[in-house]
Amino acid sequence: MLEIKDIYKTFNPGTINQVKSLQGITLSIEEGEFVTVIGTNGSGKSTLLNAIAGGFTVDQGSIWIDGNDVTHWQEYKRAKFIGRVFQNPFSGTAPNLSIAENLSLAAYRGLPRGFGRVLNKDLRNQIIDTIKTLGMGLEDRLDNIIGSLSGGQRQALTLLMATWLKPKLLLLDEHTAALDPKSADQVIRITERIVSENRLTTFMVTHSMQQAVDLGNRLVMLHRGRVVHDFSGSEKNRLRPEDLMARFEEVRRADRLDQSVADLLKRRYV
Amino acid sequence: MSLLLGALTIGIILALLAIGVFISFRIYDFPDMTAEGSITLGAAVASVLLVSGVNPVIATLAALLAGSVAGATTGIIHTKFNVNGLLSGILTMTALYSVNLHIMGRSNIPLMNSFTFTDWADDLNSSLFGGVKTFMLIGHEVPVHDFSILLITFSIVVTVSLLLFIFFNTNIGTAMRATGDNSQMVRALGINDGTMKIFGLAISNGLVAVSGALLCQYQGFADVQMGIGMLVWGLASVIIGESLIGTKRLGHLLTGAIFGAVLFRLLVAVALRLGLDPNDLKLITACFVFAALILPTLIKKLKSRSIATQ
Repeated sequence: MLEIKDIYKTFNPGTINQVKSLQGITLSIEEGEFVTVIGTNGSGKSTLLNAIAGGFTVDQGSIWIDGNDVTHWQEYKRAKFIGRVFQNPFSGTAPNLSIAENLSLAAYRGLPRGFGRVLNKDLRNQIIDTIKTLGMGLEDRLDNIIGSLSGGQRQALTLLMATWLKPKLLLLDEHTAALDPKSADQVIRITERIVSENRLTTFMVTHSMQQAVDLGNRLVMLHRGRVVHDFSGSEKNRLRPEDLMARFEEVRRADRLDQSVADLLKRRYV
Repeated sequence: MSLLLGALTIGIILALLAIGVFISFRIYDFPDMTAEGSITLGAAVASVLLVSGVNPVIATLAALLAGSVAGATTGIIHTKFNVNGLLSGILTMTALYSVNLHIMGRSNIPLMNSFTFTDWADDLNSSLFGGVKTFMLIGHEVPVHDFSILLITFSIVVTVSLLLFIFFNTNIGTAMRATGDNSQMVRALGINDGTMKIFGLAISNGLVAVSGALLCQYQGFADVQMGIGMLVWGLASVIIGESLIGTKRLGHLLTGAIFGAVLFRLLVAVALRLGLDPNDLKLITACFVFAALILPTLIKKLKSRSIATQ
């Protein structure tokens, strides 16, 4: 479903702000897989997700979705295949449009938009039925502007919008990081339900080790723009947050070792 | 009475300018300076065509088209070449000054001897009122000719805003509104936000140009300087409209822009009548918009401070 072949990305090359964000990532995700991605700060996990979504073009390598080479496609064109939920709850919805209008925009993701009325009776009823499944009472507030809702409610609606037309790939970018614990929990449960009901191929970046081990059937750990661990199957199922902590510690120690070895060699030979 | 009707008519004509400014400034959150040039462009195109005997409807539609091209140019400079929004508008506006002079061939074109939409007023007059010169309305004598012109402009503006309202509730129109609201989300839903901006600016400046075309027909001349300060004028109308309405619903906001334009024109007429020096008009308009922009935050600050100290 998703093929990432040896991609590289450096931001601000040649300046003091140069950041080597992605350094040769290769990943292959099968249809129906639910991959959770974790990594230290600056490990490139959000950059990787952004590269898939098309927020920028990679310097090297290629990205394939459902057999299409999308490496040079613009973001809006890739949206035909991709449903996306952002870290910021305000990024996924248009605040001055009503709930119904936002959802009806999502009903045409990747399709040509004509001069037909945006909201007909059928779509409205469909929206009511779908919003009821959230259990947030939003079905009575269809014509309220979305800006009046809480972060958790907006994130739940963004999830509905991203999956209204079944996407080939669902991208979740730390989508509970900005929510209070209760809303975060609620959004995670909705995520689980929607993904399993629709058997969505999902790529979820998270900062929470608990979420990373609880959700999905594959776990990828990134460090300094590279994949350092890739667990799947029973190995993934056995993982606990403590195991992940241990792996992070290993990676950190290896980093320090590199540095001290380099210093040692320098002292000896330079 | 004739004076009041005149102020109302100009207010209604400038409502199209206000709606244009509303689309760029409010729906798209885009400070579009093009309007200053495209209102003159509309007048220039329409007046040249009218002088050569073209039908007023066709002349006004040509102005619409010319304004749309000007708006699309700004949009393309901004989205395709990544030029700052304010600057791309200023570039088009500056270029339009020369373009307008070329179209007009001189700096002022009188339309006294040309057939314009105001000449239909007499036809309307004879069919609606049976050819009388005046009629009485609440104890005042109303000149029928002026009243008919007011009716014509009013129906044009109402038709245009109804069409806009319908358009902004279509699929593509909703996508356009969302673009100004949250372009990141719009891209994630497969909409090319750049194209939406170009379209939106085209519509906005098309309306502004129509406003210019109607204005030159009403006042009987086109002048290459007539666009100066018009953007702030439009903005003032939009701000007045918003404070009158106070909701964020599209229909209300469009109506608000129309009422704002009319009310602002009336206010100006009253101020001039009371002895305001016309040379100070733009200074006062600018001060008014400045006050309207800073007052809401200022009031909020004072309020929260007074609550905090209690």
